[in-house]
Amino acid sequence: MSNYNFAYLDEQTKRMIRRAILKGIAIPGYQVPFASREMPMPYGWGTGGVQVTAACLTPQDTLKVIDQGADDTTNAVSIRKFFEKTAQVATTAHTNAATIIQTRHRIPEAPLTEAQILVYQVPIPEPLRFLEPRETETRKMHALEDYGLMHVKLYEDIARHGHIATAYAYPVKVEDRYMMDPSPIPKFDNPKLESAAIQLFGAGREQRIYAIPPYTKVVSLDFEDYPFEASKADHACDLCGADHTYLDEVIVDDAGGRMFVCSDTDFCAARQADGHRGRLSPTEDAA
Amino acid sequence: MYVAVKGGERAIDNAHAWLAEERRGDTDISELGLPQIREQLSLAVNRVMAEGSLYDPDLAALAIKQARGDLIEAIFLIRAYRTTLPRIGHSNAVDTGTMACDRRISATFKDVPGGQVLGPTFDYTHRLLDFKLAADGEVPGAQTATPDQNPDQNPVPRVTDFLNRDGLIQTEPPCDDTPPDMTREPMEYPAGRPLRLQALTRGDEGFVLGMAYSTQRGYGRNHPFVGEMRVGTVAVEMDIPELGFSVDIGEVTLTECETVNQFTGSKTQPPQFTRGYGLVFGHSERKAISMALVDRALRWKELGEDNLGAPAQDEEFVLSHADNIQATGFLEHIKLPHYVDFQSELELIRKLRAEAFDRTSTDGQKEAAK
Repeated sequence: MSNYNFAYLDEQTKRMIRRAILKGIAIPGYQVPFASREMPMPYGWGTGGVQVTAACLTPQDTLKVIDQGADDTTNAVSIRKFFEKTAQVATTAHTNAATIIQTRHRIPEAPLTEAQILVYQVPIPEPLRFLEPRETETRKMHALEDYGLMHVKLYEDIARHGHIATAYAYPVKVEDRYMMDPSPIPKFDNPKLESAAIQLFGAGREQRIYAIPPYTKVVSLDFEDYPFEASKADHACDLCGADHTYLDEVIVDDAGGRMFVCSDTDFCAARQADGHRGRLSPTEDAA
Repeated sequence: MYVAVKGGERAIDNAHAWLAEERRGDTDISELGLPQIREQLSLAVNRVMAEGSLYDPDLAALAIKQARGDLIEAIFLIRAYRTTLPRIGHSNAVDTGTMACDRRISATFKDVPGGQVLGPTFDYTHRLLDFKLAADGEVPGAQTATPDQNPDQNPVPRVTDFLNRDGLIQTEPPCDDTPPDMTREPMEYPAGRPLRLQALTRGDEGFVLGMAYSTQRGYGRNHPFVGEMRVGTVAVEMDIPELGFSVDIGEVTLTECETVNQFTGSKTQPPQFTRGYGLVFGHSERKAISMALVDRALRWKELGEDNLGAPAQDEEFVLSHADNIQATGFLEHIKLPHYVDFQSELELIRKLRAEAFDRTSTDGQKEAAK
């Protein structure tokens, strides 16, 4: 891969992406159009996140890549390998050891710091897209801060189902101005969008970058009488016993037996190393 | 006991090795060479060049081989390679009027200056499987003719120019503005015609065909005739600033289609014929004609026509769904793990169901109490 520039993209392209990132940070929650490049992995596999990560990486960085909260899901492995090859940067599975974390669908459980950048892979950056399919219309709605359509949708959910029927990609308002799609993270993660870290969102196919600067106000949309609730499975992790983390439900036998485990594999492993035990942990330590 | 799935890296490596083996197939069968693909599957090569937006038959042949004949995958390989190439400069606009035509037909006139040249076409073949081809593929040499004039001295004139002499067809105003480049700027709507044509020429052949077909069946009908379609090679020239003149740097095969569309006039335009335009790398007639029809449908506003609400008239709809690399990527990405989102949906559905059952059972008790 020595024929390719550091982190694959040429310097001009990285500069163009950095400009979009800076604009995004200057206007929190605003979707900045950028000339997304064709990457050597398909659209939908994180090309937006990969381009943002490539534009942010320096040789001194330590990169962590997660998908569904785990470092060893196939696409996380593939993206980590891509940067090991094209940028020769150090990689890690430990949240606290990483300077840049690229993620798909989760925010790590451990609070992030000012020294970290969290890069999200975004499929559809437009929170209003499924209410209004036309980009020409939704851009106008953002310009006019005309978000009535979304409030009506949330209200109709409550009228029909008794709840807001959005479980992931739950819309937020950033710094009292732009409505933003936080990418398909479960709404459990929404409170973590107010963070000390820089959060960057890259949508490759849709050619958009947006950002949440550190300590920015991020409010999940709700109503006074139907306040937002960060929900999760009503269980504790069966491996580390944590009752405050987002859980994956795993089917373990043909009889439909289930267990619940932390989706953040690094967080769970660290708790187990600290001696925390869950319902199904081995009783004796093999070590 | 549940064990977290580990070893994604080894699984990926093994999958790639297996894929390479599958690509090669039975090793008792001799391997396919790139010249064979380039020469004998040339229409596949043409499609990959057109939708990959890169004119290089050898690389297209390599991509087809590597992609096991999956043309969209091959187009993707070419696009990903193309985006890494440095931009040295840009050529002058090619002049298709000077094309050395292998094929040139007009459906609007029985004969035209320059002649009707059928060329290598499937048009009048009977689609009967040729079992002789299965035994041996040798063919006798064909008699060929080129259009009457020598293209260097006397270019093959355009059929639409004859119509324009009498003012019967709408004039395309010349424009020397540098067109925008959809591979270097994010798409914004309204896109305008230069960007529309770029998007259509690299758009998926099936999608553009479907859109064009829909106009023929009445969803934004525009009464097209193929005024002219020509296939052949044109010279590519580039200005070299150090030399102060332009230099021939090669030639490309193109298919160009100009449609002549019936038009009864609108509030802003007199009754006259209008045009649709298609230009595609390689020999790609279906794509060039489709492109011309869709181009014409998208011009409703500039010609003062009504928006009939037809899909092919909708610039944002057509352009944002024409790219097969974007489409296939987003479509196929739903194969990737989504269990975190799915889990959140599971919780929601369980909660809604529990409440719905509670409601019906209380209703049932009320009924029983009556």
